[in-house]
Amino acid sequence: MSAASQSLSLPPPAPGIFARFLASRFVAVVVIVAVIIAVWYVAAVFMNAQVVRDTDRRAGVERTTSEFIAATYQMKRPILPAPHQIAVEVYETVVKVAPDSKKSLIFHAWVTLSSTLAGFAVGTALGIFLAVLIVHVRSLELSLMPWIVSSQTIPILAIAPMVIVVFAAINITGLVPKAFISTFLSFFPVTVGMVKGFRSPEPIHLDLMRTYHASGWQVFWKLRWPAALPYLFVSMKIAIAASLVGAIVAELPTGAVAGLGARLLTGSYYGQTIQIWSALITASIMAGFLVAAVGIVQRLVVRDTGAAAR
Amino acid sequence: MAVNWEGAEAKTDPDTVIEASRLSLTFTTRDGPVEALSEVDLQVKRGEFVSLIGPSGCGKTTMLRVIADLEQPTGGTITVNGMSPAQARQNRDYGYVFQAPALYPWRNIARNVGLPLEIMGLGAVERERRIAANLDLVNLTGFERKYPWQLSGGMQQRVSIARALAVEPDLMLMDEPFGALDEIVRDHLNEQLHDLWATTGKTVVFVTHSIPEAVFLSTRIVVMTPRPGKIHDVIDSPLDKSRTLDIRDTPEFLELAGRVRDGLKAGHAYED
Repeated sequence: MSAASQSLSLPPPAPGIFARFLASRFVAVVVIVAVIIAVWYVAAVFMNAQVVRDTDRRAGVERTTSEFIAATYQMKRPILPAPHQIAVEVYETVVKVAPDSKKSLIFHAWVTLSSTLAGFAVGTALGIFLAVLIVHVRSLELSLMPWIVSSQTIPILAIAPMVIVVFAAINITGLVPKAFISTFLSFFPVTVGMVKGFRSPEPIHLDLMRTYHASGWQVFWKLRWPAALPYLFVSMKIAIAASLVGAIVAELPTGAVAGLGARLLTGSYYGQTIQIWSALITASIMAGFLVAAVGIVQRLVVRDTGAAAR
Repeated sequence: MAVNWEGAEAKTDPDTVIEASRLSLTFTTRDGPVEALSEVDLQVKRGEFVSLIGPSGCGKTTMLRVIADLEQPTGGTITVNGMSPAQARQNRDYGYVFQAPALYPWRNIARNVGLPLEIMGLGAVERERRIAANLDLVNLTGFERKYPWQLSGGMQQRVSIARALAVEPDLMLMDEPFGALDEIVRDHLNEQLHDLWATTGKTVVFVTHSIPEAVFLSTRIVVMTPRPGKIHDVIDSPLDKSRTLDIRDTPEFLELAGRVRDGLKAGHAYED
């Protein structure tokens, strides 16, 4: 709910600055984040308690409760790292090492981001292309759609290694096979969304075009395409998040060379939970920025076509 | 699709805009065939304002859609400007105004009016001229940069009339264009439409279910009845070509309205 509608629902006497502040979206977000972090800190104590107790028993150490809690937040390989441990790890691997170093989280994030964007671009184009075909050729909807749907039921974890191996056999490694998997995941929401979008014009809008004796090309560019634009951006938000997942999954079987997926894999090899979590957090922040970037493009394009006014 | 429009050339009368004889259209539905039009004969002359009036299901909208080549008749013949409806449509011989304004929400008012002109491939200068001229005709100069949602329902419908006029057709097909508007706005638009018709000399076929609207606007009123859709009565209006809303209180107007009402009643089966 937007801040405006929330403040509207407040009782008649004009709400003071404080009340409006509490109703703002910023506060809502901060409160939620604070609650999550608080729960996380509590959970970290319980998750890590057993290990700390075992270590203490072996070393014959006795601790007070506060010392015990502090210990659960300071382990090298905790079951669940505390938020500040992840923050420190992210800070050290982002700021304290050169961005082109293999230890840099920026380096790994860029590796993942580049194949995410490549796969997303191809996937969006492919998705739109398939939707155009499906909308214009009736028989293709019947023949193509079941394949498109069933392609998404294949577990991506199973098919990713095969794709990597097949590409490697013809000497293609690095970005292309990863982008391929991102494409595989991202074209689907775009196809489904755009089929719906291209079909969204009402019969009366199509009749209107018919009375003008408009060509199929004109019906597409002057009616179906602009009508589908809002659907395109919703689909692209889903597609870009799916692309990121695809890129990370594709990095798992590559022998963990580079990328956020590689960080996850090496982290789990060596029990580096803090490293895993910092890669995870980086991936989610990246996903957030990517979705927001699509939203910004949406606002620019939609303002340009006037559809924002709807 | 046994549309026989041959022989139309033989009796091409330049004053006949629409010529339908024994026109039938049967829709095939899941519940069996529905006779939307049954053996309809209709002739519309150049410059006439013909209203099709009747209860819902009487085929008045279907009739208009057949003229516009939006539906295909299943029997009989029909010509528009001496051609088949399909040829007339390809010729852009008519402007069609739908029940709803059907404006494209992503286009501003000027670009909505310009839509058919873009499709016709007119140049920017000619488009600008026609957009300005036709928005002026419907009294919407100054709203060019507004978007449809910023306009009232009545204004939106006026934009859609300007859009149909921009094609500069001699024939206007209007399907209950003011049906969704309130009484006051409807009266106002009726007056505007009447002036528009009187000054431009266009031929208008107008679908409505409002008796005062039909009587006020028309030179001829075609009363239709449902199940199957057919013409019950055709009433020529003795009213003056130049009229204002005041004539609605004259005895001639009331008598005409009474005749239309009787026709509607006679053809209406009060099953419920």
